Amino acid sequence: MKVAYWPGCVSRGFTPELHGSMARVAPLLDIELVELDRACCTGAGVIAEHNQELADTLNARTFALAQQVEGAAMMMNICSTCQGAQSECQERLDANAEYREHVNTTLAGEGLSYEKDPAHPLTNKNFLWLLVEEIGLENLHARVKRPLTNLRVGPFYGCYIVRPRDRLGINAEHPRDHYLDQVIEALGGTVIEYAGMRKCCGFPIITMNKDASLKQAGRHLGDAADANADCLVTPCPLCHLNLDLQQPLAEKVVGRELDMPVLHLPQLVGLALGLDPKELGLNRHVVRPTSVIDWSTSVVGAAA
Amino acid sequence: MAEAHDRPPEQFTLRMRRYDPESGEAPYWDEHTIELEPHRSVLEGILQARDRFDGSIGIRCSCRQAICGSCGIRVNGEPSLACHTHLDAAKAGAKDGVIEIEPMGNMPVLKDLIVDMDAVHWKKIQRVTPWLLAKQPVPEREYIVDKDAMVDVTQSMACIQCGACVSDCLAMEVDPGFIGPAALAKSYRFVGDPRDDQQFERLNDLAQDPQGIFDCTHCFKCVDACPKGVNPMGQIMRLRRSATNDHHIVDQNNGERHEAAFTTLIKDNGLLWEAELLPRSYGGNSWFGKFAPPAGKELLSSLPAILKALVRGKVTPMGALKPHKIPKADLKSVQAIYDKIESREERYELNLYIAGEDEAPASPGDPVAAGVTHEPGGHEGSPSGSEPQDTPVETREQTEG
Repeated sequence: MKVAYWPGCVSRGFTPELHGSMARVAPLLDIELVELDRACCTGAGVIAEHNQELADTLNARTFALAQQVEGAAMMMNICSTCQGAQSECQERLDANAEYREHVNTTLAGEGLSYEKDPAHPLTNKNFLWLLVEEIGLENLHARVKRPLTNLRVGPFYGCYIVRPRDRLGINAEHPRDHYLDQVIEALGGTVIEYAGMRKCCGFPIITMNKDASLKQAGRHLGDAADANADCLVTPCPLCHLNLDLQQPLAEKVVGRELDMPVLHLPQLVGLALGLDPKELGLNRHVVRPTSVIDWSTSVVGAAA
Repeated sequence: MAEAHDRPPEQFTLRMRRYDPESGEAPYWDEHTIELEPHRSVLEGILQARDRFDGSIGIRCSCRQAICGSCGIRVNGEPSLACHTHLDAAKAGAKDGVIEIEPMGNMPVLKDLIVDMDAVHWKKIQRVTPWLLAKQPVPEREYIVDKDAMVDVTQSMACIQCGACVSDCLAMEVDPGFIGPAALAKSYRFVGDPRDDQQFERLNDLAQDPQGIFDCTHCFKCVDACPKGVNPMGQIMRLRRSATNDHHIVDQNNGERHEAAFTTLIKDNGLLWEAELLPRSYGGNSWFGKFAPPAGKELLSSLPAILKALVRGKVTPMGALKPHKIPKADLKSVQAIYDKIESREERYELNLYIAGEDEAPASPGDPVAAGVTHEPGGHEGSPSGSEPQDTPVETREQTEG
């Protein structure tokens, strides 16, 4: 399927391995990525905190660009925070025709317009949602070349992709707050439940209250370690920053060794689909994923 | 739920967390099977268990109709009002078919399902001066207030002080001193009230406090926890917006600098430049920000993480020194959007609580009909005539006892 693909900022900045691994995985799942390289940052909630109309207009511009991609079934992102910020703006734009027109007036200078067409609504899904709802778990399972047998994976959902439930369309029919578990199982891995799996990684307050921020990251990583997880997997690059990049600092704050590898979702999928760990950028993490990868043979396996 | 009323009584098993600090014994789980119609509340289930099986079960409740806010508990790990949760819904959400019932979090347990609201929740409410500090002179008769301005604050007035949002606040979990969602929503109730005289003082106080408005991690927990649709996190974001944009408060917690740096970097590049965001958040919103002493101190403390990232090839020196940008023509368009919106005299803001869903074709060029809110000088008003979805029955400041 063809999708209008929004990679986000951090996946092209501090976590380039996320964007890279998505590009490798997409063809194996018959996803054609048409990159929205003209679009700007979603604002991650921070621009909305500054000026709501500004955030809504910038995201409406991205939606308008996505609607111009011919033959695209929907819009796809690989960042939970982008999903959350975009869903919030789209909720306001879709709720009110008058407001939408007001925002479109600003976009008119560029010849763009975000249209809410009930017959063809703009659907925007995180890669995780697309995996389960469009590709399908059985289909995914059938494509697995190297099942993650004996690999104990702790899902780290973060916040933006599980709350608020109504806005994100989470219900009994679409248990999107359980999709990571389902994907891990479809790939042959073992799901490890732990206290922090749907809690905040702490990233949003890293510049405002560093100690509390790192305490959050350290606590969740520690909980996962106590539950004997080999690694975590997350659909959010910002969570990845606090859980992986900042892990050495989080260790100091919580006063224990953590040594917990954190994988991006496309990396975990890619491993099971038979891709080479280096191709997926697994060598670029701060915490070496040695418990996931046996580097000598590139075979997936649990820690000895 | 209409058909649920016709269904006969069913059996439901409740697994309750029991704890009596005075006994000296550790908490334990206790199971009871009750029988009630599926549409009845979890509270009724707990009360039946207490009446039939164990009179020592501790639960606080009063109105049984989601108005008094006494019976806040956790059902299947999520904060809610016991009287506001149907038994069938609770069973459907249970992991193993057994409804799991615990006391609220972030507050000490007094007994079983009763937590000490005084020790945490009410202290925090007191912290934000929860009463009107009226403009002087006070009118001899009633204070005439624009109706639209008052509709806006009814959302925070809908709070029934049940503590569900406090129970699961993820910032409070690691930083117990955080003022928290309930108290900050209460604060907006006065910051947004045109009769209040101390809006700057209130905002400055909450912005400068290291455990104030900038300590919220934006996790949406309180949004989902609230049984009355107060949207505490939304109110916190409005407090921030008002503090930084209307009152130009530059706080000591990097809150204003972070927001300004982020917004400016997107205007300059279209995409985020992470390596520049951090130093600017500490040192100030310009390229020179990184040379300010607070930025240097932060850089030093982050050095171990930065070095490791460089060694692992995660961050390349070029990637850190050079921003990635969107194409020139698009950047110009983004900047034009910024210029147009930032030059407005008043912020133009759609408040869905006031506007609701409006799909009827309205006459163009009429922002009031669209439910769009202007924000002149720090408070919001001018909503549409449509009523909010969850109009509060009444506001009660004290509901315990």
